[in-house]
Amino acid sequence: MFAYIVRRLLWAVLLLIVLSMVTFSIFYLIPRLAGATPETLAARYVGRAATPETVHLTAERLGLLDPVPVQYWNWIKGVFTGAEYDYGSGVETCPAPCFGYSFITRQAVWPELLDRAPVTISLVVGASLIWLVAGVTVGVISALRRGTVFDRSAMGVALAGVSLPIFFTGLVALAFFSYRLGITAPGGQFVPFSENPALWAYSLLLPWITLSFLFAAQYARLTRAGMLETMSEDYIRTARAKGLAERKVILQHALRGALTPVVTIFGLDVGLLLGGAVLTEKTFSLNGLGKYGYDAIVTGDLPKILGVTLVAGFFVILANLIVDLLYGVIDPRVRLE
Amino acid sequence: MNQSRSWRARGLAAAGVSAALLLAACGGGGPGGEQGPTTQAGASGFNAGSTSVVNPSDKKGGTLKFANEGDWDTLDTSETYYAYSWNFARLYGRSLMMFKSAPGKEGNQLVPDLAEGPGEASSDAKTWTYKLRQGVKFDDGTEVTSADVKYAILRSTDKQTFPNGPAYWEGLLDLPSGYKGPYKTPNMNTDSAIETPDKYTIVFHTKAPFAAFDYLAQQPNTMPVPKDKDTGAKYRNTIVSNGPYKFEDLQPGKSFNLVRNDQWDPATDPNRKALPDRIEVTLNVNPDDIDNRLISGDLDVAVTALGVQPAAQSRVLQDPTLKENADNPLSARNWYTSINPTVAPLNNIECRKAIMYAMDHTGYQTAYGGQFAGGDLATTILPPNIPGYTAFDLYPSGPDHKGDLEAAKKSLEACGQPNGFETNISYRAERPKEKATAEAFQQALSRVGIKLTLKPYPQGDYFSSYAGNPPYVVKNKLGLALNGWAADWPDGFGFLSQIVDSRVIRPAGGSSNTSVRIPEVDQMLDTALTELDTDKRNQMWGEIDKRVMEEAVIYPGVYSKALLVRSKNATNIFVTDAYGEYDYLGLGAQK
Amino acid sequence: MTTSTLRDMVTRHHGQPDQQPFLEVVDLRVHFPTDDGLVKSVDGLSFALDRGRTLGIVGESGSGKSVTSLAIMGLHTRPASEQTRPGAQLSGEIYLEGDELLGKTPEYVRGLRGKRMAMIFQDPLSAMNPYYTVGHQIIEAYRIHNPVNKKVARKHAIDLLGRVGIPEPGSRVDAYPHQFSGGMRQRAMIAMALSCDPDLLIADEPTTALDVTVQAQILDLIRDLQSEFNSAVVLITHDLGVVAELADDVLVMYAGRAMEYGSADQLFNRPAHPYTWGLLGSMPRFDRPREERLLAIKGTPPSLINVPSGCPFHPRCSYAARNHGRSEEVRPELDPVEPGHLVACHLTQIEREAIWEHEIAPKL
Repeated sequence: MFAYIVRRLLWAVLLLIVLSMVTFSIFYLIPRLAGATPETLAARYVGRAATPETVHLTAERLGLLDPVPVQYWNWIKGVFTGAEYDYGSGVETCPAPCFGYSFITRQAVWPELLDRAPVTISLVVGASLIWLVAGVTVGVISALRRGTVFDRSAMGVALAGVSLPIFFTGLVALAFFSYRLGITAPGGQFVPFSENPALWAYSLLLPWITLSFLFAAQYARLTRAGMLETMSEDYIRTARAKGLAERKVILQHALRGALTPVVTIFGLDVGLLLGGAVLTEKTFSLNGLGKYGYDAIVTGDLPKILGVTLVAGFFVILANLIVDLLYGVIDPRVRLE
Repeated sequence: MNQSRSWRARGLAAAGVSAALLLAACGGGGPGGEQGPTTQAGASGFNAGSTSVVNPSDKKGGTLKFANEGDWDTLDTSETYYAYSWNFARLYGRSLMMFKSAPGKEGNQLVPDLAEGPGEASSDAKTWTYKLRQGVKFDDGTEVTSADVKYAILRSTDKQTFPNGPAYWEGLLDLPSGYKGPYKTPNMNTDSAIETPDKYTIVFHTKAPFAAFDYLAQQPNTMPVPKDKDTGAKYRNTIVSNGPYKFEDLQPGKSFNLVRNDQWDPATDPNRKALPDRIEVTLNVNPDDIDNRLISGDLDVAVTALGVQPAAQSRVLQDPTLKENADNPLSARNWYTSINPTVAPLNNIECRKAIMYAMDHTGYQTAYGGQFAGGDLATTILPPNIPGYTAFDLYPSGPDHKGDLEAAKKSLEACGQPNGFETNISYRAERPKEKATAEAFQQALSRVGIKLTLKPYPQGDYFSSYAGNPPYVVKNKLGLALNGWAADWPDGFGFLSQIVDSRVIRPAGGSSNTSVRIPEVDQMLDTALTELDTDKRNQMWGEIDKRVMEEAVIYPGVYSKALLVRSKNATNIFVTDAYGEYDYLGLGAQK
Repeated sequence: MTTSTLRDMVTRHHGQPDQQPFLEVVDLRVHFPTDDGLVKSVDGLSFALDRGRTLGIVGESGSGKSVTSLAIMGLHTRPASEQTRPGAQLSGEIYLEGDELLGKTPEYVRGLRGKRMAMIFQDPLSAMNPYYTVGHQIIEAYRIHNPVNKKVARKHAIDLLGRVGIPEPGSRVDAYPHQFSGGMRQRAMIAMALSCDPDLLIADEPTTALDVTVQAQILDLIRDLQSEFNSAVVLITHDLGVVAELADDVLVMYAGRAMEYGSADQLFNRPAHPYTWGLLGSMPRFDRPREERLLAIKGTPPSLINVPSGCPFHPRCSYAARNHGRSEEVRPELDPVEPGHLVACHLTQIEREAIWEHEIAPKL
């Protein structure tokens, strides 16, 4: 088992390097292949009054004049050993891991990633717990009360939750609960957990609920389907034949079986979201990785894009690894002997 | 509202009344625009802020909340290049000259800020001297000297460290050749461009006469920067202020606050009231959220002043209470279309005139968002809030402004294309309004047989590679090119030089001027820059405008307007024509 | 056929006058309302069983064998969690040592399940929860009816596993169902069923999913346990070989009804119903020449919604014509042909014996 984990971690590192190469190619190489010159690339990062000379100087400063493999090599070297940054009136050292400096804001990317990550993590962890509990509960009840008013309305609400886009529900929720009623925090008011746990939760309450609404709906449907499936399994009949109380039949036997796909999907969903819940963060003006990445793409800020991609990739790879390991715990039939 | 107030308020009202009269005299608002109510102290109603002060007050204290839907381009005054940033920078920096903090047209006036008075020009308008006020201090207590102003300007010319800023100084000042800014060429002698004979005097030498120098002197890059605290590209995070406010808790990309600068001496500053105690600015806020917060009162100012999002637009315009609390100012921007004489048959002026007559002007307006969110119908190149604007319409488009088809057909016959012709129209693909306008052109011109094909191009290199690249234009028959221009400051030079001077057109592309090549106009521009009398000079801008329009190489579309929502908490709310936005220097707070 | 007649028969057969049988099913009907109609899975079934005896219930798929056993266990009564659609309709009487079950509350019957009556199922792999160890499931079964701590229950589970012949029960108790071979798994299921010493064991096709060699072991096990605990065993199967091996009495079901009922000896040596003849004839036997075809029962199993009128078997019976239409119209009752041997058929006994002797027996 230990050897297996070590092997997977090494693969993960390799995968991240490949990911960085692919991302680098997409943003640095493909435009070149499509005919862009360093100057046309640099033209994005200069102001309205740029002379050709300014553009050329910028291309030089951003390293765009070097061949792409050289640019990549400089970048990856910086990640492992750090780099130096000329800020005009001086030079500063960017310690490893150095993900470069934003083309536009001139800030070091890695500290910004570290700063944004807790916001996304806070958002995702809180929302995921809410949607897991809410979704599974509703799903179990719906499955057991199949066809009743509860089931139909729960599934109807679930359909709405899945269909309504979060930038709509989020804005409406903000406008109603935060601005009109004043009971929840307005957008963009994140307070770190270490600073004040109560305010931290308060500032995230509406984003948590809005984000989990979307996922709770999916999980309710998933749990319901899983429950309906397991409830018709033979071992449920056996459990009843033993004289087991119905509540225990449902919670210990049926739910246990239905949860296997739920848990695996949960791990993958959380991993993906940790890379950035873009829509939620944009809607609630939360400075997390998703918003960071989105803004980076819109402005073409390549170092930031690389940084976010790698962080997101890291979370996805980690989540997959954990899910794979957990799978043996969850389903004994799959255990590695 | 007839409220009897203090004499101060009445004085303000008087100023407001005169501003309104001035506005009316110059025909401000343009055809089809809406006028605000006549001005009095404490004016209210839709668009009252454009010409007068809403909620006047001298109460000090309180907090104002600003939000930006993106990030500031930079807070470093040597590099920043957005109108809202120039408006805002006056809170923490003082430039040699500045635009007066006053409503409407009065805001267009230049008044001395760091300088004691306007610049003194040599007779050939190539040497300009300013005397600095004494006792102006940075927030660390050190006094501002002319060396600090010179340093700020010199560092702004380092385009490798500061690529985003305006480039007027490099073009105009007589800098030594090979000068690369104070970081790379620190030991070069730059006295040929800027001299500081003593602590409070600064002298500029330009390569060519420039009568409108005071306008250059109001740029934020003349706001002083102390050399020993300068950190190049990082200075934007640790700015030393010399205005009434200084920075507190600057979190890049997230937020910052302005708090009172205790080193600011009001005795040295007749231009600023500095009413609020505190200004809190949040960055990267969801724009629809900004609108909701403005309307609910949780936010005071949407700092970029681009106007509310479409969702809030309909709300504000349809709800009478909300509309009363909104303003619809003109920004000094003209959305227009270039008609390129390098593409046949548009080399014939009559064919160009046919387009001028045939286009449906209201279609242009609708494509840009209508009367409130788009703008007023434009018939001149200069928008009404630029001094020198004269109202004229050389190509009337009919009583309903949908085009004069008869006149168009006549022009077509005169240029030998009685059944019309074919050409292409280019626009920036990422801009849906430009696409809608191109389609409007297509539809309108087809009525007289002119067939247009739409050609979208990426906006990133629209001017360098496509519509602004002369060989490309000819080769791909881009007869019409969607365009637009906003001046860096409200002055004829700022507005016209980049778009009607033929000498800015480069064979390698990159200029916004794609169609105007009139030698007579080039000369008129040069002459204007030698005219030291401001009124005479302004008149010349108006004449240039007309001369260019006579060539039918530009189809003016709309004078851009934005729909702004007033804060419930702020006082002294008024629009300054200098920026076409609320004047951020004048605002106060109730709480 | 009245209750007392049936009872008398059984009692007389076993020589214990006027004593009630341990398990008695009287005129059991189990109907399922569906969108297509009322499915009559069991339609008037009666039988009795004593302790220490094994009853084999034989029939095709859909004959109602499993439905009967589930009805005895009370597993047709949907739990509150599933009462959103109409469930099974049961009528008749089921007596467990004199206690009538169909009239009791579901809670009462649940208390009996596992404790007084237990069931083992056909496929032990799907019948056991794959996410819990075998030991956990046996412990769970035990602790439902016995308030002991886990340690005691675990010891009991290990004992049981040993009893049913699983080697190294101390370590196997922590194994998962999928880690057992088929036969061992079935033994484990039996252990689970017996954990509370039930008086009635219902085995629904216990060997169908197992290899032939393992089959014999399991049947031996059941027999041993039965004699040890003196439990009554209902053995449901479609395999006559299993019946011959283990059953004392045999009940032949068809279309939800009893066709023939008697001792194993009577049924195999003197079968009286044409359906039974068909079952016997369709058994492949090693001691017959291979070239001869199996005697298949012509036709297909009947619809339980539209059960054939009269005798349900009549469409497939080669001899129905001899009854001049009675087979199509009148439902035959279970009548005795000899003490302890009942058959539901319109043919006369003389006719039946003749057919058996001349036509059926020679071919078997």
